Amino acid sequence: MESMEALVAHIEALSAIPEELPHLHSLLKQSEDALRSQGPGLAPLLLHQLDPSKHSLGYLYILEAYLSGPISSDQAGGFLLSVVDFINSCSGDQIRLAPDKFIQVCKRLKDQVMQLQVPLQGVALRTAIRKLQTSSEQLTTIHSDFLLLCILAKSYKTGLSILEDDILEVDQPRDLFLYYYYGGIIYIGLKRFRTALECLHNVVTAPMTTLNAIAVEAYKKYILVSLILNGQVPSFPKYTSSTAQRNLKNHTQPYIDLSACYASGKYSDLEAFIQSNVEKFQSDNNLGLVKQVLSSLYKRNIQRLTQTYLTLSLQDIANAVQLKTPKEAEMHVLRMIQDGEIFATINQKDGMVSFHEDPEQYKTCEMAEHIDSTIQRLMALSKKLRSIDEQISCDPAYVSKIGRERPKFDFDDFDSVPHRFI
Amino acid sequence: MDGEDESLGAVMVDDPAFPNGSVDSDAARATVVGGGDQMDVEAYAALYTGRTRVARLLFIAERCGSEAVQLEALRMAYDEIRKGEDSHLHREVSAKIAGRLGPQYVLDQAWADSVDRRAEQRKEKLENELNGYRTNLIKESIRMGYNDFGDFYYAHGQLGDAFKSYVRTRDYCTTSKHIIQMCLNVILVSIELGQFMHVSNYVSKAEQTPDSLDAVTIAKLRCAAGLANLEAKKYKLAARKFIETGPELGNNYTEVIAPQDVAVYGGLCALASFDRTELKKKVIDNINFRNFLELVPEVRELINDFYASRYASCLEYLENLKPNLLLDIHLHDHVNTLYTEIRHKAIIQYTLPFISVNLHTMAGAFKTSVTGLEKELEVLITNNQIQARIDSHNKILYARHADQRNATFQRALQTGTEFEREIRAMLLRANLIKHESNLKSARKL
Repeated sequence: MESMEALVAHIEALSAIPEELPHLHSLLKQSEDALRSQGPGLAPLLLHQLDPSKHSLGYLYILEAYLSGPISSDQAGGFLLSVVDFINSCSGDQIRLAPDKFIQVCKRLKDQVMQLQVPLQGVALRTAIRKLQTSSEQLTTIHSDFLLLCILAKSYKTGLSILEDDILEVDQPRDLFLYYYYGGIIYIGLKRFRTALECLHNVVTAPMTTLNAIAVEAYKKYILVSLILNGQVPSFPKYTSSTAQRNLKNHTQPYIDLSACYASGKYSDLEAFIQSNVEKFQSDNNLGLVKQVLSSLYKRNIQRLTQTYLTLSLQDIANAVQLKTPKEAEMHVLRMIQDGEIFATINQKDGMVSFHEDPEQYKTCEMAEHIDSTIQRLMALSKKLRSIDEQISCDPAYVSKIGRERPKFDFDDFDSVPHRFI
Repeated sequence: MDGEDESLGAVMVDDPAFPNGSVDSDAARATVVGGGDQMDVEAYAALYTGRTRVARLLFIAERCGSEAVQLEALRMAYDEIRKGEDSHLHREVSAKIAGRLGPQYVLDQAWADSVDRRAEQRKEKLENELNGYRTNLIKESIRMGYNDFGDFYYAHGQLGDAFKSYVRTRDYCTTSKHIIQMCLNVILVSIELGQFMHVSNYVSKAEQTPDSLDAVTIAKLRCAAGLANLEAKKYKLAARKFIETGPELGNNYTEVIAPQDVAVYGGLCALASFDRTELKKKVIDNINFRNFLELVPEVRELINDFYASRYASCLEYLENLKPNLLLDIHLHDHVNTLYTEIRHKAIIQYTLPFISVNLHTMAGAFKTSVTGLEKELEVLITNNQIQARIDSHNKILYARHADQRNATFQRALQTGTEFEREIRAMLLRANLIKHESNLKSARKL
């Protein structure tokens, strides 16, 4: 009890002076065991004495010790409030001294929120991410937790602000897999399939030495989204780890078969295939996506017709894409025109559809601006790329490794006559 | 149709380019082909010798579908087998005839038994001889021994054993002449076994022998290589090989292929796989190959029609040839593929020079309905073999001229986005790998 009070006094005294923070940190570390044994009982009292915004570091340690014990359900509401309060008001500089503790607290918050089934209350984690990050390129463990809560709360838009950052620095590979997997799901939920595909692509092609379940699930979704978006599944790019190339297909057989069936372009076949495998898709929670694959086949087939025909009657369209009535065909064509997926006009008098070329002439100001902005973005990117290249080629580890692999120059290398002529 | 046949026959008789080809059988074949499904089996069989004649007859009997032709083929096969020593085949054919050709064509148990007995004796004798040679280690004699064994097995229809024996002679070959003989034997057996991998292997082996080969052998090897490529569905290579076949082939390789076949196989493969200039240069202007084409005027005519863009008559010739080609032991599997290829080529060539094509006229030229033609065009356009679009309302095909400027803009933007995505993903991966190595080095420390 005494020591606890002394500790609180230290916290209050040292927190204000930035130079003394490391000292405080070591003090806190020393008293960690004591905190753990006595903390759960005393914590509410101690926490009351501290100001989360000024004494963030000490507050964090005590809070963590408090949370390491069990929390009864009637305390839970108050607990949530105090943690969220802390996250919102704490000082980033102080908590970054003890990131492990902070992450622990956040994890407890996530668990509680999920247990109470109020995922929306976990939105505070977004603030936590921002406070924990040193730059927006850094991926923290909280990222994936936050995205998971967003998915559970079905508030996909909340997750976007995190997903739109470019992630470059990663601590744990697992965080990355989860981050992009959840990211893929969120984009699928928002029907932004292109970005969803990018996220899933990152999971599938990420370096891995052993196969993991996240990658397998991601590959399943990757296949489905590829079909919706492009009508075909690309083969693995060559930088994909050999583990993934060798094993992923074995674990996703129904999906591979589905894509083969899709390629044949026959609606009835695909429908039958999905019907016969419905339990598998259901158990993977992918049935909704599979149904979207099925309906995308209509679109794809209609799009194919625009490549071949200038005019075509609705009846012929219905026959070609296996729709029952010309009316349905008209609905589909109409929707695709509205969505800008095809360029066509329907002549209702004689039931003809005329397909047009893309009317975009690349002459408008907006287009010029768009092109210009793209160029600017790419230039910035290539600048970055060059600087990274320079960095790597100056990296001593890299240089010494390359030097070792390449044999030393000897006299023969400078011989102007190639060997085969000698 | 009859009038046409006469005129074609006349052309052939006047043509002295192929003195050793029997004019009778050529004329007969012409009528066979012209007559559609009424195939003159006898004339056809006369083109071949040895086991392939029997094999082809049996193939026809199996496939033709009309009982008269079937029985005719079986009768001739029966006669042919009686001249040889294959009792197994004899039993098989007798069972197939099943007494339908009267008492002369039933299973001759006595004959079969005597053949078997003689075979047994001969085999024993050969074995003794071979053992003798082997103990004395006389290379040439061992080779001869194995060769005799091969011949023996081949005559008795034990093709697998024949193949093994012929291959065994390889170790005892001393001159390139022996090697050639070995290769030709192996090729012969492999063709009958249907193992065309071996055929192409041994063709290349034979071609690699240091001594220069005589013209007949070269022609034989070309034919064998052509057949191997045909079976492997490499039609372009097959066409080249058949076209390179020299006129020396004559009737020297009838145990495998008749010169008429060279013309048909080569012609069809060339049509299906060559482009226009190649067709002109290598087929139509090729004096060597013209000799072969003269033997089968239909093929010559249809190639000329194709080149001269007379598609209706070209396709008509093809249709007339089809029933007989389907009865060909080598070509039957490929007829449909080759025909579709030729048809697609014709359609592409037809549309190429026009900005717009009336589908009614085009359907007339290809002897099909407008809807059918639309379907075919659709497939070709989807595969990007024809740059055009169909106006289904007015039944007109319009050539499509891609707008270079728009396409360039589109592609540039697309490339930009792709590049951006790739780079981001790459940087991420690079960082991950770097992190991994960091972890490792950290662990080491």
